[in-house]
Amino acid sequence: MLRTTKTAAIALAFISLASAASAAQQGPYGIGRTATAAEIAGWNIDIGRDGRGLPPGTGSVTHGRDVFEQQCAACHGDKGQGGVGDRLAGGRGTLATSNPVKTVGSYWPYAPILFDYIRRAMPQNAPGSLSNEDVYAVSAYILHLNGLLPADAVLDAKTMAEFKMPNRNMFIGDSRPDVKNPACESNC
Amino acid sequence: MTDSVDNSTATSRRRFLRKGALIGGAAIASGIVGNASAIDSSSKNLPPNVPEWMKVPGDPMGSQLYGTPSPFEKNVVKNIPKDLPQYLSASGRTPLQDLDGIITPNGLFYERHHAGVPAIDPAQHRLMLHGLVERPLIFTVDDIRRFPSTSQIHFLECSANPGYKKPYGKSASDLVGLLSCAEWTGVSMKLVLQEAGLRPEAKWVIAEGADAAALTRSIPIEKCLEDALIVYSQNGERLRPQQGYPLRLILPGFEGNMNVKWLRRLHVTAEPAYSREETSKYTDLMPDGTAREFSFYMEAKSIILRPSGGQRLDTKGFCEITGIAWSGRGKISRVDVSVDDGKNWQEARLQEPILTRALTRFRLPWRWNGEPTVIQSRAIDETGYVQPTLAELIAVRGEDFYYHNNAIWPWRISADGEVSNAADD
Repeated sequence: MLRTTKTAAIALAFISLASAASAAQQGPYGIGRTATAAEIAGWNIDIGRDGRGLPPGTGSVTHGRDVFEQQCAACHGDKGQGGVGDRLAGGRGTLATSNPVKTVGSYWPYAPILFDYIRRAMPQNAPGSLSNEDVYAVSAYILHLNGLLPADAVLDAKTMAEFKMPNRNMFIGDSRPDVKNPACESNC
Repeated sequence: MTDSVDNSTATSRRRFLRKGALIGGAAIASGIVGNASAIDSSSKNLPPNVPEWMKVPGDPMGSQLYGTPSPFEKNVVKNIPKDLPQYLSASGRTPLQDLDGIITPNGLFYERHHAGVPAIDPAQHRLMLHGLVERPLIFTVDDIRRFPSTSQIHFLECSANPGYKKPYGKSASDLVGLLSCAEWTGVSMKLVLQEAGLRPEAKWVIAEGADAAALTRSIPIEKCLEDALIVYSQNGERLRPQQGYPLRLILPGFEGNMNVKWLRRLHVTAEPAYSREETSKYTDLMPDGTAREFSFYMEAKSIILRPSGGQRLDTKGFCEITGIAWSGRGKISRVDVSVDDGKNWQEARLQEPILTRALTRFRLPWRWNGEPTVIQSRAIDETGYVQPTLAELIAVRGEDFYYHNNAIWPWRISADGEVSNAADD
């Protein structure tokens, strides 16, 4: 009985502590400090498939060709045909064949994710070193290599968000378990 | 051994160890030998002689401030392919067939990096939690260690372990070596999210690593609140750099790449990021050209490790069959073994503890009669799901699915005792 009372008292004390913390705009444990808007802006590089988060700026296919030759071609090939790095161009119409070729043009569903990935991870030897203009430009050039943009095209936040990738409707949910083993035990 | 006790016992011992290490490989008992084994029957250290290492004192305390395995075990190392186009975005495998029990030693835990292993100073590392929360927060590593802690044993497996096309590999490590299991210590992700206060519209958490790929995956909020962990220790010691030092996610049962290493940011959102890794990379291409996305779970799987590919049975008679089974959907409830090329199956004994989303060790006593045969195991998990054959998987998914191959792997034993991968025949 005494123990029960004690436990209840501790629980009450904890609850009042928690509500005091809540009043002070703290979590239950009061651990961590507030992240400022400037800190979040500096670290949050996520771009939505709808283009949310794309920065200001523009980039042309023409400029993208220069960026690609200097920064990308050594690994991805001068026409995006692949090498040490992934193949980026071609492969349209192959996904349902016995030799599917997954590239930006044949497989990637959302153009803004191209910006997101290049900015966060490329070039492999110096990620984050390209300007936003360079990232728009090289994205435009990769789409051009795939025959998806003309040679005089320019990309910005609006055009990239509106761009429809050919394979965008081909992704489906996970339907596993999809394979059934009858678990035969004898004379199988 | 030709060394005698000359200048000093320590010198002699070092020479002895060096010489011994050159012979290489452990002589494994019970009739199964690894491919590098050698037994010197002329040794003067065998009965009736007293072995040399009993005649001089051993290394003094403190000879190794961080212990390393015996030099005779120098061949038990990570299995890293020698012909990769590059080694920054690459993987190295656990030598499963050389290990016992269910816990992978930290030095042999499998690795997969997308842009190398960052060298992070924990004092300068921060975890930011923002998005659909009441209070965006920044934590130091010490902050995370202040939360109530928990330790859980879980496996971790790469989703491409292995592919669906030949050659699958010679050894168990070649086949499914992108698999390991450890005791993880950290804080329940739920507590950290509650510290910031989730808004009602919070449905996903985008996790980002502090590596040069800033690797990003989206996790459903249900998983974050169920059993996800923010981890700082592995098998009792701080995470190794290769495993995400100083902080990583562990999402029990989910494919390896989602267990983001070097964790630096959690972005709470209403929808997934649809990042490159979860659209163009870790998605499963079907024969009709559609692709499954957000295929998180690693389904039930097992493999016999002894005897397994690359080993040799050097004698007829008793030979324990042992291996591991695991399921991303829960506990292993049964493992069946066939020793007659899949015609008949018998239930193996499961070694306690049988834990949720952890490796489970199974064993079957067996006598090899010296005739060629094929042995294999199939796992059944607590949902009733049965590990399928490779043919059953390919019939549904085709050969370009690439990920989530949880097939039964048959080992062929030839008349001379050599063990090889029957799926590669």
